[in-house]
Amino acid sequence: MIHTRSAQLAGGFHVQRWTRLSVGSGVATLALIAFLVIVPFLFGADVTQQLTTLLILVILAVMWNALAGYGGLISVGQQAFIGLGAYGTIFLTQHGITPYLAMIVAGLIAGVIALPTSLIMLRLRGGQFAIGMWVVAEVFGILVSLDSSLGGGTGISLNGLDQYAPGYRQAYTFWLTLACATLLLGLVFLLLRRRIGASLQAVRDDEDAAASLGVNVVRSKRVLFVVAAAGCGIAGALYLANTLFIQTPSVFGVQWTAYMLFMVLVGGLGTFEGPILGAIIFYLIQTQFGDSGAWYFVGLGGVAIAFALFLPNGIWGAIDRRLHLRLLPVGYTLRTAAAPPPAVAGDAAGKPPPLAMEDQP
Amino acid sequence: MRSIDAQFGLLKAVRRVSLTVEAGETRALIGANGAGKTTLLRTIAGAHRPTGGSIVFDGTDVTRVPVHRRVEMGIALVPEGRRLFPGLSVEENLSVAGGHRRGGYWTVERVLELFPILQERRRHRAATLSGGEQQATAIGRALMCNPRLILLDEVSLGLAPRAVAGVYESLRTLVSGGTTVVLVEQDLSRALSVASRVTCLLHGEVVLEGVASELTREQVIAAYFGTYGATAVGATS
Amino acid sequence: MTWINVLLQGVLLGGFYALLACGLSLMFGVMRIINLAHGDIAVVGAYLVWVIVNQTSISPFLAALIVLPVMWIAGYAMYVLLLERSRRAGQLVPLLTTFGLAIVIENVLLQVFSPDVHSLGSTAGGLATASATFGGVSISALGSLTFGTAVIVLAALQLFLSRTNAGREMRATAQDPDAAQLVGINARAVYARATAIAVAIAALGGIFLAIRSTFDPSTGPTQLIFAFEAVVIGGFGSPWGTLLGGVVLGVAQVVGEQINPQYAILFGHLVFLAVLASPRGGILARRAGEA
Repeated sequence: MIHTRSAQLAGGFHVQRWTRLSVGSGVATLALIAFLVIVPFLFGADVTQQLTTLLILVILAVMWNALAGYGGLISVGQQAFIGLGAYGTIFLTQHGITPYLAMIVAGLIAGVIALPTSLIMLRLRGGQFAIGMWVVAEVFGILVSLDSSLGGGTGISLNGLDQYAPGYRQAYTFWLTLACATLLLGLVFLLLRRRIGASLQAVRDDEDAAASLGVNVVRSKRVLFVVAAAGCGIAGALYLANTLFIQTPSVFGVQWTAYMLFMVLVGGLGTFEGPILGAIIFYLIQTQFGDSGAWYFVGLGGVAIAFALFLPNGIWGAIDRRLHLRLLPVGYTLRTAAAPPPAVAGDAAGKPPPLAMEDQP
Repeated sequence: MRSIDAQFGLLKAVRRVSLTVEAGETRALIGANGAGKTTLLRTIAGAHRPTGGSIVFDGTDVTRVPVHRRVEMGIALVPEGRRLFPGLSVEENLSVAGGHRRGGYWTVERVLELFPILQERRRHRAATLSGGEQQATAIGRALMCNPRLILLDEVSLGLAPRAVAGVYESLRTLVSGGTTVVLVEQDLSRALSVASRVTCLLHGEVVLEGVASELTREQVIAAYFGTYGATAVGATS
Repeated sequence: MTWINVLLQGVLLGGFYALLACGLSLMFGVMRIINLAHGDIAVVGAYLVWVIVNQTSISPFLAALIVLPVMWIAGYAMYVLLLERSRRAGQLVPLLTTFGLAIVIENVLLQVFSPDVHSLGSTAGGLATASATFGGVSISALGSLTFGTAVIVLAALQLFLSRTNAGREMRATAQDPDAAQLVGINARAVYARATAIAVAIAALGGIFLAIRSTFDPSTGPTQLIFAFEAVVIGGFGSPWGTLLGGVVLGVAQVVGEQINPQYAILFGHLVFLAVLASPRGGILARRAGEA
């Protein structure tokens, strides 16, 4: 019997968090992860590397969505932390730390640096925050490029990974990426399920109202900000491991934001599953059209605009609207005593929990 | 013959209200908080879209006409809470409304004549005015549109009694000038004193309508609180 | 270079930044929209003038007379086609669409014009390099012209907002769009007008950019950042605040450059962040653009 903490309400309604569908998806997800673990044994290094790229994109999309979709913070400067993670790894390995450990530490350092940054940046809202973060990214980029030991502006490679034979390097990188992705996704998932999730959505929907209800707005945002920074930092470090060579202009470049924006808009802003879908779509587009030069970006931008205007909830959001599909139980579902699903779903996308306790057909 | 005829379908706050106001009439809209009066006024002014029904102004269907165009046609609203432009001076608040003025009696000077207290404050920013002065400015601003129909939403709210008296004095001038007035008013006695007809709303529906002088106080209170009639409205959700 | 010269150069540079910032500030003040494509629009202005000058060999200032009205109309189009829907869709949507627009503009320029760097300096008839010297202090002609233009534009904007009916309507709509409609103001027309003005001024800034230095398809974002920094430093309130912000930014950059050429832009960023971090910075975000 599927049952976890359903509260009994008057009138025979009860609140359920796990629907049959979401349990099914949960199991499927675990199976998928298990499968992914053995991928390096089944396929060649090339495939592994491609999958690593995909997973890095997933991390980035989920992080950006956490900020924008749940926190209402549109950052045009997450590349600041991506760059920090990548260059942090270089720095740490130059000082003798083994590469894979350095990557994790670099990611965490990015999160730590995000803390004081947030003290300034979170004073801003909306577009001011967006550009402010962009400036922060530029500053970090300039500061790094001024350090010649980090390659100046011309780029530097990650050397410490030479110790691993090529096939193994890809595999290790992949597993680390998989682990990080799973962890970060799990973290975001947990954040949303707990109080902080609901308060964040309240903030996103109406900041002043939320504040008047006692939601500690700034603290909720700060948590998100730091987590997103650490996530992007790790993604940057993993990107370095995957490609082995980085340059300040590109790793601190704003095209990262363009990618994240695209993935999240197309996938579904504010949904849990959306960014994952968006990352997959983007990955496919990237592999197919990535070499088409400027028109490719024009297309990306155009599609992003179209989605923002006409399909603001992204593909997943549209599916969700129609079918009330929620694969992973981030919200609440209201059930009448007798009725089987589907019932009215309160959800993580910002729709208020149902107040009308009507019978559903 | 100027008349508005408003019929609404299931608006959240207003349900199936049907209202006909004749030219030159002064109609008081009364009802408890949340009865839907403000929504109704805003819908007539065009700031709110009804989910069903239509609004006919002087023979023309204006249901789809955007707000600013309705002003040109002669409908002006004095919004709840006055909603003056805080950074603009009194004079600017007035003249900005007169920008698309449909030619007519009211000019900045004449409005200031009507509300002498504003004369010395005319260059002051609206945010620095007292409640009564703000209300006067808000009404004056609506007058600058030279409306044939003026809608007033809770003009006595938050004002000292003397200010309220002043406001209603100026209303008499309006009424005698032939302008059609629909006003929402919490203060029952004031409302009944200035209106020719009264409509009472409860929970978004019309529960009473009639000539002000013919209605008894008991009837009005009963309708206001919903103790009128067989349906026990009571204290449900 | 003496410090007076440095300061002066910074001030004149500030005029340029103020000009760039003007449109950005206007759009934010009236519509609460931060146009992330602002810098790229300036670059479009530069390219249009460049094309005309290349084809006809007339002075860039004359070419500007053709380009500015074109950009004005483009501004109207941008509002009607893109921004109106974005505005209605939510607070954050304009950020997403203007960012998308920025990407589109940059890459279309890249495709059409190639990544080559260009400049209009040589076509400005010696203006770009001319300077006058008064007792050891050297003032560049172009810098002065730019600064002067900025002051005129800002003053004109201030007059427009405070003295004309259209300007009053714009202020009213900025403060309370709902109430503005209720007194007969066509908010949509006001917003479109504001966008048109902002775009045209941005294009003017781009033209000056092209004359004073180089430009290429990717120059846009940097200009956006400078414009934004100028507005934040000076405060989102009045046009004169924008001028002040521009000047502070310009001086910071020039001072940084004296210390080390690589530090120029960085110093500007640091001053910006310092202003944000200061107690004043907390007020900035709350300030409504009350022009």
